[in-house]
Amino acid sequence: MLTIHHFLIISAALFSIGIFGLLTRRNAVVVLMSIELILNAASLNFIVLGKFVTPGLVTGKIFAIFIIAIAAAEAAVAMAIIVGIFKYRRTVDVEKITDLKW
Amino acid sequence: MLETIAFYFLAILTLGCAVRVVTTPYVFHAALYLVGSLLGIAGYFLMLDAEFLSAVQILVYVGGIVVLIIFAVMLTGEPGGRQAESSWTRTLPAFLVSGGIFAALVYLYSQTEFVRQYPVENNSGGYAQAIGEKLLSLGADGFILPFEVVSVLLVAAMVGAIIVAKKEGGK
Repeated sequence: MLTIHHFLIISAALFSIGIFGLLTRRNAVVVLMSIELILNAASLNFIVLGKFVTPGLVTGKIFAIFIIAIAAAEAAVAMAIIVGIFKYRRTVDVEKITDLKW
Repeated sequence: MLETIAFYFLAILTLGCAVRVVTTPYVFHAALYLVGSLLGIAGYFLMLDAEFLSAVQILVYVGGIVVLIIFAVMLTGEPGGRQAESSWTRTLPAFLVSGGIFAALVYLYSQTEFVRQYPVENNSGGYAQAIGEKLLSLGADGFILPFEVVSVLLVAAMVGAIIVAKKEGGK
């Protein structure tokens, strides 16, 4: 019998994997993919809690739709910035892009 | 029983692909593993009676965002290229931090009592219809203001992306 905790642990694991990628990867595109994993963990959490805690409401699903919309906007802007940085610096290594570092 | 098998199959697909996204040295492979992970999440949405969300997930993420990511991979270096390896002085603290977050979340979930709230409204027309009505209703529990704000945000993000990515002094 599957309980709410099964699904919550999957989403917690996905979130932790995303955090790990965010902290270790040096390629800006892979850092962005880790952020997508984290956003997916969040929307999975909304769906799970919506299904198990408020089964008659669609509020959780509406929040998941908003997360997907925000993720699309964020991915487009981040890709434009990464491609723009690559044009000037010929690298997307986040450790070599230090222009704003004091 | 079938549900349990599907749950663990999707768990292996989602988490296995997610681990490969953050560990594979090839950026292009990471993008392909991301597709597997997102499809696993779409499967979970299907299991949780959110079939509309599952379709949106596949359309927007796999059809849109991953294609965008693959474009960025192609535009920022050779697709077969390896990315710089992280040293263990970076990997070990990151592992401790993410493991700590996971342990803390699991502990919190095990301590929390999730009380089922009984439904206050029933959606006889299916929940995709309920989502549509909720998104565009003006009442106290309607979501039309956030809906419109997200629309403006999407337009602003797309215009901003074009401005940032276009050629300097481009025509």
